[in-house]
Amino acid sequence: MLNNEHLKKSMTLNSKIPGGPLEKKWSSHKFNMKLVNPANRRKYKIIVVGTGLAGSSVAATLGELGYNVHSFSFHESPRRAHSIAAQGGINAPKNYSNDGDSVYRLFYDTIKGGDYRAREGNVYRLAEVSGSIIDQCVAQGVPFARDYAGYLDNRSFGGAQVARTFYARGQTGQQLLLGAYSALNRQIDAGTVKFYERREMLDLVLVEGKARGIVARNLINGKIESYTADAVVLATGGYGNAFFLSTNAKASNATAIWRAHKKGAFFANPCYTQIHPTCIPVTGEHQSKLTLMSESLRNDGRVWVPKKKGDTRAAKDIPDNERDYYLERLYPSFGNLVPRDVASRRAKEMCDNGYGVGQSKMAVYLDFADAIKRLGRESVFQKYGNLLDMYKQITGEDPYQAPMRIYPAVHYTMGGLWVDYNLMSTIPGLFVLGEANFSDHGANRLGASALMQGLADGYFIAPYTISDYLASNKFAPVKEDRQEFKEAENTVTGTINKLLGIDGKKSVDEFHREYGKVMWDYVGMGRNKAGLQKALKLLPEIRERFWKEVKITGNAHDINTELEKAQRVADFMELGELIAIDALHREESCGGHFREEYQTEEGEAKRNDKRFAYVAAWEFTGKTAKPKLNKEPLNFEEVHPSQRSYK
Amino acid sequence: MKLTLKVWRQNDKNDEGRFVDYIANDVSPDMSFLEMLDVVNIDLVKKGETPIVFDHDCREGICGSCGMMINGRAHGPGRGIATCQLHMRSFSDGDEIIIEPWRANAFPVLKDLMVDRTAFDRIMRAGGYTSAKTGGIPDGNAILVPKPVADEAFDAAACIGCGACVAACPNSSAMLFVAAKVSQLAVLPQGKAESETRVNRMVAQMDEEKFGSCSNTYACEAECPKGISVTHIARLNREYIAAQF
Repeated sequence: MLNNEHLKKSMTLNSKIPGGPLEKKWSSHKFNMKLVNPANRRKYKIIVVGTGLAGSSVAATLGELGYNVHSFSFHESPRRAHSIAAQGGINAPKNYSNDGDSVYRLFYDTIKGGDYRAREGNVYRLAEVSGSIIDQCVAQGVPFARDYAGYLDNRSFGGAQVARTFYARGQTGQQLLLGAYSALNRQIDAGTVKFYERREMLDLVLVEGKARGIVARNLINGKIESYTADAVVLATGGYGNAFFLSTNAKASNATAIWRAHKKGAFFANPCYTQIHPTCIPVTGEHQSKLTLMSESLRNDGRVWVPKKKGDTRAAKDIPDNERDYYLERLYPSFGNLVPRDVASRRAKEMCDNGYGVGQSKMAVYLDFADAIKRLGRESVFQKYGNLLDMYKQITGEDPYQAPMRIYPAVHYTMGGLWVDYNLMSTIPGLFVLGEANFSDHGANRLGASALMQGLADGYFIAPYTISDYLASNKFAPVKEDRQEFKEAENTVTGTINKLLGIDGKKSVDEFHREYGKVMWDYVGMGRNKAGLQKALKLLPEIRERFWKEVKITGNAHDINTELEKAQRVADFMELGELIAIDALHREESCGGHFREEYQTEEGEAKRNDKRFAYVAAWEFTGKTAKPKLNKEPLNFEEVHPSQRSYK
Repeated sequence: MKLTLKVWRQNDKNDEGRFVDYIANDVSPDMSFLEMLDVVNIDLVKKGETPIVFDHDCREGICGSCGMMINGRAHGPGRGIATCQLHMRSFSDGDEIIIEPWRANAFPVLKDLMVDRTAFDRIMRAGGYTSAKTGGIPDGNAILVPKPVADEAFDAAACIGCGACVAACPNSSAMLFVAAKVSQLAVLPQGKAESETRVNRMVAQMDEEKFGSCSNTYACEAECPKGISVTHIARLNREYIAAQF
């Protein structure tokens, strides 16, 4: 149960946002930061964990600058990281469409889309550098969509009224990651980056208060290995798999950030989880993950349910006047392109009220019939072909003939390790990039902004701020045989042996599924006090049972995928509780965090700026149930927080 | 459905390996092939046996992690899909399914159905990039790429690096994989400056990794989950020959 004692004695965090006008903050900060002489850079060793967009781009860029970079992935290849699965696109305010876009508008849309729970300084910088990302990717040979004259094409996305999204069919994440992977490969070839495949980071090592290395498990032979460094970068993605069913890849996990949290890195806004409105619905108990259909589909697809409750007719037999295009009805100006949190909640509400479709009745239609009529089948295929094929492959139904059935699913986590303006966590020398940090999306991320943030952090922000950290500090040499490393190795080995020794009767997956179900039911799309309190009773019980009854076969000295999973699930089972604690403490609704007690008459999220205009940064105290809350107040100097309206 | 699985089990690189039979009960047609294996694995764990090891991650056909020979076909029956996109509705009650890892000298088996495909990464490191430094590059629209060219580059760039082309090829050739990258960067203006060194180095690395030669069987194109055309191999050959003069 949540104990409110800790709320009283919290400290205030310093975000280190530079002074001066918004549009000058980053340029003046860049000038004020210290540099490392090119000849000295190779003397600094930097560990980068993760090889998604943020990890690959920062490792490549630091390598290119001349630092001694060591890159780690639990995959066999950097290209397998889950950024590869992002579909729709990447935002940049190039204003190529001449529709009134600007850096300021992207900044404004992102702040508003995040429901006024992000930092102005960070978001403005993100918008400012995003144009360079497009240029960088083009130079790498990323095949963005083009028109016949050769110019870059744009499309529109949720939460914006301009077309600023660059895309490569429905595989933008893949193409951007392959671009970053190619930049990383160039550095591996040049010898500035050393890549360690199939290594899973299991602990962060601090020496004299600074991050100085990691302990990792070699997933092929089970060896526990220590690696030293002068700075450590975590770019290990989000924690959506705490819910078991999510659109994340199966191996996506929170172990690296969670173990860093237990070593002193604060965890910010864990309850800000994003539910994506357009996913393929669950079919049965065997379901291992959920598949996302890009939000770009909402550009031309129309969302509807039958006007009659419990209508069992096939979609084609329901005439137009008996259909409720509820997003167009409720939000005439944004229509089907309202932000994700709004679209998700409305879909849930329709199903909860008995208007759901399909066998499970837990789905709404996304219909392309009008688009096919208007644009022609070929044109729809050109824009969305691979997505529609994917739907057909999974469901066995043809979306060109009948509307797709969609339902929301856990997709992205805005929360993550707390970082300051320099992307450094509360542990000196530990930098956190991409989805693993909390910094830019507030309480809700807009579509096509995750790729933007990952690459902004990796190519254009962290390389500067890490250089400044290295130039501003002295680093005594540290060896792997130091006591701090030995202790971390022993802890890691101890946990592994403990897990293998339980020899219970239930598999890791069964526990994970059970835990995820509680998370989804009580800490999911709609949250309330009673439900969260119930979750805080159930979640620790499942965790306790896990540590008594889990069964893992095999040993610790070769490839053991069950052991890998067990460690990740064990960490999710602590993080899940923190998500619930944070959700219970935040007595307001904002973006992806929807507390049913706090809504407007129209059912929209109702913020409480007086009490909650702050970042909640939780500190590990040794006990999972009793984290300490620290606050970073959010100051809005440019944008005046208002009730979001997409009507 | 009830199915009989004949699954390749192999402890490590040095183990000889063997087929082991398993019965999969209550298989739903809505399950993906990997979900079917998940269910089998949970049973194995509960019986105290080690589960069948296989690479997998995104389960939506884009990360390229999964890949197995199913009844002698790379990624199983169906075209244009990775193993994770194969659904059990493609099978019938009582079927026997033979499941093997990719078989190629360049892809040693690590365990069961998991193979080592790092040879692909080493080929990519030998030139599968443009030498564009971070920053200092022109505006995206300064490099014009007409739609047909961008589309052609994209078709090649869609490769997910799964290795099905190598597994399907009777010679275990990696030509389609290498051609996809060479071709993508050969058609784009951004890649032209380094095209000679790129094709020479990537082909040399491919040979060093002990992949076989291409004899134009087109099995690679037939089994490629992204439908990458063998015309890219023709372009690779043209690029390679041109680079020798």
